[in-house]
Amino acid sequence: MTQPLRFLLNGTPVSLAEAPAQRTLLDWLREERRLTGTKEGCNEGDCGACTVMISDPLPGGGHRWQVRNACILLLPMLHGRAVRTVEGLGEKGAFHPVQEELVRHHGSQCGFCTPGIAVALAAAHAAGRHDFDAALAGNLCRCTGYAPIIRAAEAAAEAPAPAWVTADLARLDDLAGPGPLEGPGWIAHDDVDEFAAWYRDHPEARLVAGATDVGLWVTKKLMEITPVAFLHRLEVLKRVEVTATHVTFGALVPIDDLRAHLAKDAPELGAYLARFGSEQVRAAGTVGGNIANASPIGDSMPLLIALGATLRLRQGAARREMPLEDFFIDYGVQDRRPGEFVEAVIVPRPLPVAGRLVRAWKISKRRDQDISAVAGAFDITIESGTVSAARIAFGGMAATPKRARATEAALIGHPWSEATIGAAAEALAADFTPISDMRASARYRMEAARGLLQRLWLESRGAGPVEIDSVFEELAR
Amino acid sequence: MSIAVHKPHPHDSAPLHVSGKARYTDDIPAPADTLHLAFGLSPSARGRIRRLDLAAVRAAEGVVDVLTAADLPRPVDLSPAHAGDEPLLATGEVHYFGQPLFLVIASSHLAARKAARLAHVEIDEEKPILTIDDAIAAGTDLEPPLEWRKGDADAAIATAPRRVKGRLEVGGQEHFYLEGHAALALPLDDGGMEVHASTQHPTEIQHKVAEALGLPMSWVRVAVRRMGGGFGGKESQGSALAVACALAARHTGRPCRMRYDRDDDMIITGKRHEIRIDYEAGFDEEGRLLGVRFSHYLRCGWSTDLSLPVADRAMLHADNAYHLPHVVIRSRRLRTNTQSNTAFRGFGGPQGMMGIERVIQHVAATLGKDPLEVRRVNFYRSAAAVAEGEPAQTTPYGQAVEDSIIRELVDRLAQEARYAERRAAIARWNAESPVLRRGIALTPVKFGISFTLTHLNQAGALVHLYQDGSIRINHGGTEMGQGLNMKVAQVAAEAFAVPVEAVRITATDTARVPNTSATAASSGSDLNGMAVKAACERIRTRLVRFLAERHQCPEDEIRFEEGHVHAGAAVLTLAEAARAAHEARISLSSTGFYATPKIHWDRGRGQGRPFFYFAWGAAVSEVVIDPLTGETRILRVDVLHDVGRSLNPAIDIGQIEGGFVQGAGWLTMEELVWDGKGRLLTHAPSTYKIPVASDRPRIFNVALWDGENREPTIYRSKAVGEPPFMLAISVHQAIADAVAAAAGVPFVALDAPATPERIALAVRAARAREESP
Repeated sequence: MTQPLRFLLNGTPVSLAEAPAQRTLLDWLREERRLTGTKEGCNEGDCGACTVMISDPLPGGGHRWQVRNACILLLPMLHGRAVRTVEGLGEKGAFHPVQEELVRHHGSQCGFCTPGIAVALAAAHAAGRHDFDAALAGNLCRCTGYAPIIRAAEAAAEAPAPAWVTADLARLDDLAGPGPLEGPGWIAHDDVDEFAAWYRDHPEARLVAGATDVGLWVTKKLMEITPVAFLHRLEVLKRVEVTATHVTFGALVPIDDLRAHLAKDAPELGAYLARFGSEQVRAAGTVGGNIANASPIGDSMPLLIALGATLRLRQGAARREMPLEDFFIDYGVQDRRPGEFVEAVIVPRPLPVAGRLVRAWKISKRRDQDISAVAGAFDITIESGTVSAARIAFGGMAATPKRARATEAALIGHPWSEATIGAAAEALAADFTPISDMRASARYRMEAARGLLQRLWLESRGAGPVEIDSVFEELAR
Repeated sequence: MSIAVHKPHPHDSAPLHVSGKARYTDDIPAPADTLHLAFGLSPSARGRIRRLDLAAVRAAEGVVDVLTAADLPRPVDLSPAHAGDEPLLATGEVHYFGQPLFLVIASSHLAARKAARLAHVEIDEEKPILTIDDAIAAGTDLEPPLEWRKGDADAAIATAPRRVKGRLEVGGQEHFYLEGHAALALPLDDGGMEVHASTQHPTEIQHKVAEALGLPMSWVRVAVRRMGGGFGGKESQGSALAVACALAARHTGRPCRMRYDRDDDMIITGKRHEIRIDYEAGFDEEGRLLGVRFSHYLRCGWSTDLSLPVADRAMLHADNAYHLPHVVIRSRRLRTNTQSNTAFRGFGGPQGMMGIERVIQHVAATLGKDPLEVRRVNFYRSAAAVAEGEPAQTTPYGQAVEDSIIRELVDRLAQEARYAERRAAIARWNAESPVLRRGIALTPVKFGISFTLTHLNQAGALVHLYQDGSIRINHGGTEMGQGLNMKVAQVAAEAFAVPVEAVRITATDTARVPNTSATAASSGSDLNGMAVKAACERIRTRLVRFLAERHQCPEDEIRFEEGHVHAGAAVLTLAEAARAAHEARISLSSTGFYATPKIHWDRGRGQGRPFFYFAWGAAVSEVVIDPLTGETRILRVDVLHDVGRSLNPAIDIGQIEGGFVQGAGWLTMEELVWDGKGRLLTHAPSTYKIPVASDRPRIFNVALWDGENREPTIYRSKAVGEPPFMLAISVHQAIADAVAAAAGVPFVALDAPATPERIALAVRAARAREESP
């Protein structure tokens, strides 16, 4: 390697001369370090038993903590980071407050999910958060029913955090040097121009951003992923630029930051993106990854398409732009040239304007951390009782995330009325021929998509709650 | 005053859990030369293996050897029922998609997994039998249909003033213990074998390993410190890994370990039985059930496994908490080319109860009554009334119900949860709501406690009192998170009147306590608690005799109190008493044994007293649904549950909360889907969704019924592992209530799981029926 891989593990610097591209942090912890507190529950980032805290450099300098699934975190992605496992939560022989309260409130039964839950709660504690359902959306427990875990989290909330929470982050700037980082079959640039040139010359390489999908190619498909370029050191691609009318998200902006930015203009969209994966997945997964991966059920795309986002691609020094929806040609086929990568997505801001309805909804068997059966996004403007503009896109309804042009046409220029909504609902059949799979039948997908149009109509009438979550939340108050 | 029992001690391993120190099977450090195993799986659901070319598997990096059934020293049958239909590795025929065909022995877990995928397998495929309909058509019954009768149901239905008839389909359930199956086998120098396994049934593992190796059971030792969840999924399904490890360890002379990757675990192992229930009921204008007929059809999967007792228990709970004067229950246990369905919390009971609760709902809708009214007119007569001389009513299998508290319990719950008031408020809310609908339901639980196979109702224990007054206990039960070890330690501490911290809990070990039953049927603390108590009392009796003589006082003046022993005027610490006894050459170690009294059972006739007692409970659930999309949320749940006199109220409440949420998962979001070739499509948490934190009821009130077991159980407590699971039937009934409200009809036949799709389509179907006369 050009330089050893360096990171902090529970406060101790680690330097590795050898780091295979496919070695997961989980296997390394358990097999090399005998740190068996971090558990393998599913090996695909869905159960949270392997949750660890990882530092993440901020574009403007400094670092923050994130939660990540160690089972789909590949060793080369750790360079320059701090890692805290369950073994490192306490300090000076004392438990972290969340550990203390989990014992006191009977928050563990079989205990196998508990290390991951303790880490997830320690991260929420460090961030001063109180939305524990959201913080735990990526952590499954099969024994407790969660109530005692939430009670423990609440009880620990006000206790002081251990010193390492800030101390670790202060030690990172000098930990890992700049410059290229390479290992057997992999490379991790920290200069985007160098990367662009390299990728133009090595178009066969796989690009890995957050590894929330590629991680499963390693752990489930048992694929060789080399040659591979890890992108996480390209700090410039993590930038978010906001103007009066647009937000430009670098390709490596985590989904959770996309959520936070869009929520500022439209809280409803924040609520939608809060159901994208889990805390762990939104911290790892990136805007660019979700687009380039082009899954028909990627949840950011219906929303970005409805908002009229523009995609910026780069190949070497050459850049081109296109409407996001034009990027998706067919299942697994995108308009991306060899050696070309997603650089940014430029999103018109969903600003609140009189007559504008911007909504996105996701339907899945489980509310949190599930894959959409149907996801629908709507950006509709009504002027003087008539629909003057409409952009609608759906996920889960076709082989790609797709705009509903016939449905839009059935709305634009028509009075905003039940009859028009009925016509638009009929038009959905011209836009989509969904499939049946383990998540939903074709018939249900169509009915549910129509249901979302109906919900949009009812909500605009303001006659009462139209979302079950609003009833649920009302009870909590 | 008790010193240890009836107190809310935290789980003994809690500090180890939260710090990551708690060791599970795959965390046990193994010798450096340990080998790792993986199964190669069948790519077809049914057929004959024409060719199994393993050349590429053998040639793969890190592979030490590959074994097929033909390479084993003797045929290996893993069937817990000794049915001879569960070979470790396929022997020519394949019976389900994912069946183990061969065993890879390799230098690492990853190398074994990679190699296992390289086989070239050719199978002469036959059309698989996948569904209940397929199995009925093909007549693949595991045994002739079983039928139990009480009274004359046919006549009672025929002459009843009112009748309903219908069908209910209820899906299966994946256990999703967070820790997948794992085992480790260490070959001993003399040919014996030491096995660590994540299992609820160490004795069965011992038995199967011994059989596979051709050894007496005494040469095989199986130890289980803890499991990361079991839920029944580790009652029989762990044998494959443990036996494979032992065989490979014998074959290579090296330690062997194996864990299933999650997808493999879900593809290979069995699940809760899917059931179809056809019903017909005759009743009067008050909703009193006069005659009921049930036909159960259970999808059992490819092997016998535990399906027969599971199906029996479904029949045994077909009455739930209701007196059925005339009833016939028929049950068919159908073999299919899918995973071998197995034990899962409730063991068929939940499926049986779903049938009668549907009948009640159907009857109530037909009469235009609140289902709770219909429930009340059918509840079993109270123990209080029986005590006053009214005859006890009998179950469909002839057991007198002498301990019913369901009427009192439901009255109190309905009052405290403001059931009637909320039902009225929900009706008003629904009338005003533009689209969303709420629903509410109160359902009871009566669950029979004891293994129906009578001889399993026994337990052994081994207790040592050391010279320093410390106590070490061992018993036959296994710890899977349910807090069994803590409860049993409390029992031991109480016996010697010392704090529970003085009692050391140790791993379950077949070399310490032999011939144990599975930790199952909610029986863990009932059986093992009594066995430990018996062992402690034997040691105590010896101490009493010795101290009475030493201190020249009557035996009844020896008292164990607050960590001390009072002998007449003398006060000794337990350590002093133990040391003195040791010096006087008194044995301070004892076994203990317990066998449940009073029970007997004739399963062919469906007659007897299979259960020592019943555990009772009830829950009120309120939900909201969106009829447009079918999405649903549990708004509020109130539970009142009977655990007798609780050994540990914190652990018991944990079992209730956790069991409820697991039950709600079964009936709402947890959906198993197979394709037309018998391939399980929902084989990972990405596609199979168990409840997460935000799915728990927004308001969740759990209370324990203040009472004690009428039977002389361990400190008058009751079993708690399974019964609360079935409280979640109230969620399904509340959803059905909301669906009916959405469709504007009195009744909708809602199947389970009530996924968004099933709910949305049920609303549409009911509306369509309503509109087309």
